[in-house]
Amino acid sequence: MPNPLYESEIHARLREQARRFAKKEIAPNAHAWEEAGIFPRDLLPKLAAAGIMGVGYPEAVGGGGGDLSHVLAVAEELVVHGESVGTVVGSGSHGIALPPIIRGGTPAQIDRFVRPVMAGQKISALAITEPSGGSDVASLQTRAVRDGDHYVIDGDKTFITSGTRADVVTVAVRTGGEGHGGISMIVVEKGTPGFTVGKKLEKMGWWASDTAELRFENCRVPAANLIGEENAGFLAIMMNFATERLMLAGNCVAIAELAHRKAIEYAKERAAFGKSLSGFQVVRHKLADMASKLAAARALTNEVVQRHTQGEQVASLAAMAKNVATDMVTEVCDQAVQIHGGYGYMREYVVERLYRDARLYPIGGGTREIMNEIISKFEGY
Amino acid sequence: MKILVPFKRVADPENANKVKVPVGANGLGPKIETTGMEFKPNPFDEYAVEAALRLTENGTAPKARLGEVTVVTVGGPEADQTLRGALATGADKAVRVEATDEQLDGAIIARALAKVVAQVGPDLVLLGKQTVDTDSAQTGPMLAELLGWPQVTFAVQITNEGNGSLLVTRNGDGGVQKVRVKLPAVVTVEDRVSYSGGVTSPPTPATHKYADGVRFAPLPAIMQAKKKPLEVKKLADLGVDTALSVKYLGFEPPPARKAGVKVKTVAELVDKLKNEAKAI
Ligand SMILES: Cc1cc2nc3c(=O)[nH]c(=O)nc-3n(C[C@H](O)[C@H](O)[C@H](O)COP(=O)(O)OP(=O)(O)OC[C@H]3O[C@@H](n4cnc5c(N)ncnc54)[C@H](O)[C@@H]3O)c2cc1C
Repeated sequence: MPNPLYESEIHARLREQARRFAKKEIAPNAHAWEEAGIFPRDLLPKLAAAGIMGVGYPEAVGGGGGDLSHVLAVAEELVVHGESVGTVVGSGSHGIALPPIIRGGTPAQIDRFVRPVMAGQKISALAITEPSGGSDVASLQTRAVRDGDHYVIDGDKTFITSGTRADVVTVAVRTGGEGHGGISMIVVEKGTPGFTVGKKLEKMGWWASDTAELRFENCRVPAANLIGEENAGFLAIMMNFATERLMLAGNCVAIAELAHRKAIEYAKERAAFGKSLSGFQVVRHKLADMASKLAAARALTNEVVQRHTQGEQVASLAAMAKNVATDMVTEVCDQAVQIHGGYGYMREYVVERLYRDARLYPIGGGTREIMNEIISKFEGY
Repeated sequence: MKILVPFKRVADPENANKVKVPVGANGLGPKIETTGMEFKPNPFDEYAVEAALRLTENGTAPKARLGEVTVVTVGGPEADQTLRGALATGADKAVRVEATDEQLDGAIIARALAKVVAQVGPDLVLLGKQTVDTDSAQTGPMLAELLGWPQVTFAVQITNEGNGSLLVTRNGDGGVQKVRVKLPAVVTVEDRVSYSGGVTSPPTPATHKYADGVRFAPLPAIMQAKKKPLEVKKLADLGVDTALSVKYLGFEPPPARKAGVKVKTVAELVDKLKNEAKAI
């Protein structure tokens, strides 16, 4: 697949850098890190030094400039050539944790919370989902009550990517009344009394990315950690979701690209009934269908990313792109496993892992059903 | 220090299986088909750029340039992207000598480079020890001969002694050799020169540890590279003798590998090595 039309030489050059990094630093360890259930922390300063961590963030906050299209280009190279989806999503948790701080934070907050993450010294996470429910964000229950110069936070968060090691957690809390008008964003730092990390959750896929439960019990956080205005957090969360969903759609395209490549390789190598698998029309057509669906999801994702970088509001289109991409990756990974036969069910084959990784996408970042709810609302059905 | 690094765009050796040679008369193809192939910088040239950058900076504050690195290529406009890549990595200037592959052989390239050396005036020419497409390893030595400069090939470690000389460790046939060379000089490098301890050069403190390998270009550097000077010169304008001394008569792919055999006993293996492969 040639690079997307709107990508420039800059994207091509950036892709080269990310590819070289992935081959050197990720690929040799991919299987081991996935099996170990976590990637080593020292990957982060390496990502920062290579200029990869800061892609998509303004230079003024310690980033490297560029926009969402650069973020997706880099992430695709890391997935396709690093072959560890867990490592890429785990080391990319700042992609959802930092934008609300960058958009709404004060210079002091940016210095304290954003720069060290951009430098690979600290880990950040976004905590919205609660054990009692993730889809209905407007009903979240974690409370933050103002007490002098502090907020006192009580509540639980779950399924938090990079949660076990996060130094900086952007937390959605209820500071006001019921519904979306009572939600704020506040940063809680590791070591704050009353903030504890529960167990590392055992998952179906995304193994190299740690996922945790977070607990806040009478946790006193300086009021200076509040991001933006009190009770104005819901909008920040919604804006963040649009970019997150496009990043997730980009992940799906990348995973499918890798699964498709692995399937082609295997189909050419493996013989049955005296010829290679790719010698059977049925197998070739499977590959052709995979490639076609991948191309379609890629095109839609890129179109929406392009609109987003041009400043359009893309909540509905981003939801469409996510659903198209998650359906696509589900099918492509399933077929990639099928082409691998029994080996596709074995842990040492990358497609087995991709199949498990792919299952997250119709759930995380807003479920497939919630995407359709958003589309219905925006399209006025 | 001023350094010139010849920098070549080559077909990605990882895609060598995509190389196609159309069959022509008497079984020889007229050319190598390059459509569909991916191109990248010659890796040895990238190591040379990395070494050149280390020789012209303080590794603890690499943004401040303390010398000048110019990359030069002889080729068509498609090579501009390759040069921009080197500029993004950190080279300061680029020169492209306009030419098509059919107009070139190793000797013409060396002559063109000698002219560029005269114009740029470097203290050192650092080259990859060879390119991964033709693997001839001639350009460095031919250039040194034309310039009348001392040369060291296959460098694995370079120390800038600071008094107009370099101490170069090179890979020789029988082991490593340490050579002191007076500048200006021509040095060709192996990959190890880009390893952590590949280059020692004040003012970079001896305690500074470089990461192994060629540095990565962050996005701001990639963007800035578009603004760095890239000068295009015509081969003819350089006053280079363009008579080819090597003519390509035809191409054929190397014979396909034969299938291996399984041996049952060590004795059989030894017998085959001795009598069939004549390896022992
Ligand atoms: C690996 C992983 C990483 C994650 N990382 C993070 C993170 O870093 N930060 C974070 O905050 N969250 C994170 N999440 C949480 C994720 O965003 C939620 O799981 C998701 O939003 C769904 O919420 P839920 O699990 O509570 O499901 P529920 O909200 O309980 O939904 C259950 C089912 O009901 C359906 N449903 C709910 N409401 C409706 C409706 N109105 N109409 C139709 N169907 C409906 C859903 O579609 C779903 O099928 C992560 C999750 C996973 C699995």
